[in-house]
Amino acid sequence: MSWEVVIGLEVHVQANTKTKAFCGCSTAFGAEPNTQTCPVCLGMPGQLPVLNREAVDKSVLTGLAINAEINLESKFDRKNYFYPDLPKGYQISQFPLPLVEGGHLMIPTAEGEKRIGVTRIHMEEDAGKSMHADTGNVSHIDLNRSGVPLMEIVSEPDMRSADEAVAYLKQLHQLVRFLDVSGADMEKGQFRCDANVSVRHPGEPLGTRAELKNLNSFRFIKQAIEFEVIRQIEIIEDGGKVVQETRLWDSARGESRSMRSKEETHDYRDFPEPDLPPLRLSKQEVDSIRAGMPELPGQMRVRFEEEFGLSAYDADVLTTSRELAAYYEDLVAAVPEDPKRAANWLANELLGRLKERSEDITASPIGPKQLAGLIKRIADNTISGKIAKDVLDAMLESGQGADAIIEKRGLKQITDSSAIDAIIQQVMSDNSDQVEQYRAGKDRLMGFFVGQVMQATRGKANPGLVNQRLKVLLKG
Amino acid sequence: MDIDVRKVAELARIRLTDKEADALGPQLNNILGYVDSLQQLDTSGIEPTAHPHDAAMPLRADAVTNTNRRDELQASAPKVEAGLYVVPKVIE
Amino acid sequence: MPFSSIDDLKQRLDAGETSAEELAGLYLDRIEKHNASLNAFVHVGFEQIMAQARASDSYRAKHEARPLEGVPIAIKDIFCSTESPTTCGSRILEGFTPAYDAHVITQLRKAGAVLLGKTNMDEFAMGSSNETSAYGPCRNPWDTDRIPGGSSGGSASAVAAGLAPAALGTDTGGSIRQPAAVTGIVGMKPTYGRVSRRGIIAFASSLDQAGPMTRTVKDTALIASIISGHDAGDATSVADAPSVDWLGACDKRNMKGLKIGRPEEYFIDGMDAEVRQKVEAALKQCEEMGAEIIDISLPHTEYAVAAYYVIAPSEASANLARYDGVRYGRRCEDPKDLADMYTRSRDEGFGDEVKRRILTGAFALSSGYYDAYYRKAQQVRTLIRQDFLNAFGQVDVIATPTSPVPAFKIGEKTDDPITMYLSDVFTIAVNLAGLPGLSQPCGFANALPVGLQWIAPAWREDIILSAASAYESATDWHAQHPKAYGGAGA
Repeated sequence: MSWEVVIGLEVHVQANTKTKAFCGCSTAFGAEPNTQTCPVCLGMPGQLPVLNREAVDKSVLTGLAINAEINLESKFDRKNYFYPDLPKGYQISQFPLPLVEGGHLMIPTAEGEKRIGVTRIHMEEDAGKSMHADTGNVSHIDLNRSGVPLMEIVSEPDMRSADEAVAYLKQLHQLVRFLDVSGADMEKGQFRCDANVSVRHPGEPLGTRAELKNLNSFRFIKQAIEFEVIRQIEIIEDGGKVVQETRLWDSARGESRSMRSKEETHDYRDFPEPDLPPLRLSKQEVDSIRAGMPELPGQMRVRFEEEFGLSAYDADVLTTSRELAAYYEDLVAAVPEDPKRAANWLANELLGRLKERSEDITASPIGPKQLAGLIKRIADNTISGKIAKDVLDAMLESGQGADAIIEKRGLKQITDSSAIDAIIQQVMSDNSDQVEQYRAGKDRLMGFFVGQVMQATRGKANPGLVNQRLKVLLKG
Repeated sequence: MDIDVRKVAELARIRLTDKEADALGPQLNNILGYVDSLQQLDTSGIEPTAHPHDAAMPLRADAVTNTNRRDELQASAPKVEAGLYVVPKVIE
Repeated sequence: MPFSSIDDLKQRLDAGETSAEELAGLYLDRIEKHNASLNAFVHVGFEQIMAQARASDSYRAKHEARPLEGVPIAIKDIFCSTESPTTCGSRILEGFTPAYDAHVITQLRKAGAVLLGKTNMDEFAMGSSNETSAYGPCRNPWDTDRIPGGSSGGSASAVAAGLAPAALGTDTGGSIRQPAAVTGIVGMKPTYGRVSRRGIIAFASSLDQAGPMTRTVKDTALIASIISGHDAGDATSVADAPSVDWLGACDKRNMKGLKIGRPEEYFIDGMDAEVRQKVEAALKQCEEMGAEIIDISLPHTEYAVAAYYVIAPSEASANLARYDGVRYGRRCEDPKDLADMYTRSRDEGFGDEVKRRILTGAFALSSGYYDAYYRKAQQVRTLIRQDFLNAFGQVDVIATPTSPVPAFKIGEKTDDPITMYLSDVFTIAVNLAGLPGLSQPCGFANALPVGLQWIAPAWREDIILSAASAYESATDWHAQHPKAYGGAGA
């Protein structure tokens, strides 16, 4: 009998606000331990939370982008558990009445687009970080992250494979970055995923699920889900039963292990947060957030194809991130007559070179204006495309503009036909045998002559002109 | 009803000696017995009150207002090393 | 002078007949002399208090005096302030000195007040007798074998014995009004949301409210005018709260035509007969002064204590989770692991009553019991609010006894939590409904003070202050002070 995999994802996305959810501490990443803390996020006696408006707005924007309902009244609750990186002994979160409910994302699959339901997005606060040295019997607590605003985005159990799960996550990751609601840097823990995985035979009710934690890269998510599916199927086929539990993915070992030790009794005793009255938004406030909605990747892809005549592939590549798309738009603004050439030089040449340097577009030393400067020199025949690649390398290396490099290295194309004629005459007299053969009908020697001329001009002769003049002069 | 004092004490992270558990059990059961008078009231259809007034939550502007006060705030900490709070090892 | 009102002290200070330094010295002398018998104060920094007083005098020399310039005010040990340890009557906060002031402390400082030490209280404000304090019981100056009420027992005892002209307390289920009643002073719990809770150690966040404890109604109004007002740092501090002309309300002294509700559920068999008789007499007097006494019913009153003992412990179980020995406060010696650190620190740090409440609350919120306990109690809270709303359709203000009994003997009720909880039977509903309430002296039962409680609609403290001022001006109960502490006696 075949097996069906059922996956639901809970994604914790850190909102990229300047300050924490409930206090005026900075959220800047990488500060010295506990230097971005205050009596509120340290849970000191008598301290009270006051919610950050920007965190609300970003959560609403995310909800609108997935076509969800925004609850004009939502409520905050306390989730109670003890952990050294949770200063108050409870996390402020939203349970019965979250800010956002019932949206969806479309993901690409081999069988076409698939709709993945999003149950809810609720606001909550992040915990601090516990660091456990391998040796010694202590842990160290840094509370800089304590209170950073999170959006917990909970999907329906709509995914049927690890690949679908990864496709959903990539879609969501791209979305929150486009919306500028999160840095979504997985290495910095700004986009974290827990997966609920179960297996069943098709048509049967849902199986017992395991919750996988610590999935901090797309690769680990895929590995962990695939590992879990096999684990569960083996248990069932051996006549056993899957237990509902939390499992921690160990990326070094490529396996997960049960976290039974984490908390003996799971009972979070959620109840309404008495320090925070209900969050009420007006329809006008939501509408004004909607009005500020940036163009989303899907819309942008279509526009790039229609407006700039790009291939589906190029449009897809250029909309992978907001920064890249913005770069492309700036580039096209500078070379409006050449959007396809611009797409090619950005998507293939510049991105390829950046990738070799393990950098992305945000770290590019060449801005859109500079890249446009290079493209213009190709378009006006100052340099050939081939030379332009060398010029691009030099630009990356030196940070200088295309014109300066062309000038300094004398790379300007020879477009004077009398100069080219003189060189052709020299090549013909040096290769009289080949001239005779050509004239006897060996047309393919044309390439040889082009090569000789280009070599003699160190590539600077305009290739079109060389071809044209060779044809005339070789006729005799 | 009999309250499981030990289980609740574990949730609340309070150590109970056997003597304390023996004393607390009946006391808590008495309190809950008294509180059970609430069950006599029919509250179907009554909205619960979490806040005494029907007011909305005020929101705060997203501006950094706090500076680094680590040393001052850690002055009262039981154990600190290099700016980090130190606790017995957390086992996951 | 020790029994002067703030109003009197201000006049003497303004006239140059005394100084902040002299006043602080006077009260500190009295604290030194009498605190041993009362245990009203738990932290008194003599040097820094004198320094505050001298700073006030030099401010006065250079500027116009602020509203509480040089007036010493005792502070319940629940208000965080930087000049003194703040321990909430608990071992778990032993030695804790906050790096911040409560909002109301800032307000008092800005008004020129001298913070006169921290007063004893039931641990984490959980108690009605001050017997759960880690510092031992505080005593009632009218009879030191008796309790001063709680949880703000130290503040009440200090004001009643003339160790301070006024004090701050907090009231979650009667913790200002009940001690005020049994020590013969005035105490007011303002409308929930009137006074910022920021920097006040939380017991039950949806019920807690700070307020004044004073000798006269006008002094209460004066302190309320300073500590009330919106605070953007407390999301439950109501921004657009209707304002009150605090002192103007006292001057009005309006009793004529005032419709006073007399709820039948607050005059019951089982309450002390003499207490009942004194409160009835007070109502009679109000009637003679022109008020109309109207019998009303608050039908869900009998469920208030039960609802309270679900809601308050539930909130407290979460509010007290932060005392975990990680960032501040007590940590046990040599914990063998993390669980040991948590459970032992909290076992050693919390007293029995606090443990009872935390466990009750954790249970009421736990899976499988939430609906039957917590949610049910919140629904009953709705019914209790509704009772008051209905009543205020008929009357301007409600008058009741504050406490069903006068001060009881220390140790008399400690073995029976429920009997103890019932001491708050007349004050708790006011907190559940978020209403303002004030207790003022209205006589003596067996030489022990009896309190009259006024309850008004939300944000209408002015009605209470006006009625209570009128009653006070027609009586002299507030002018009687315990003989053992230099007063004229009852």
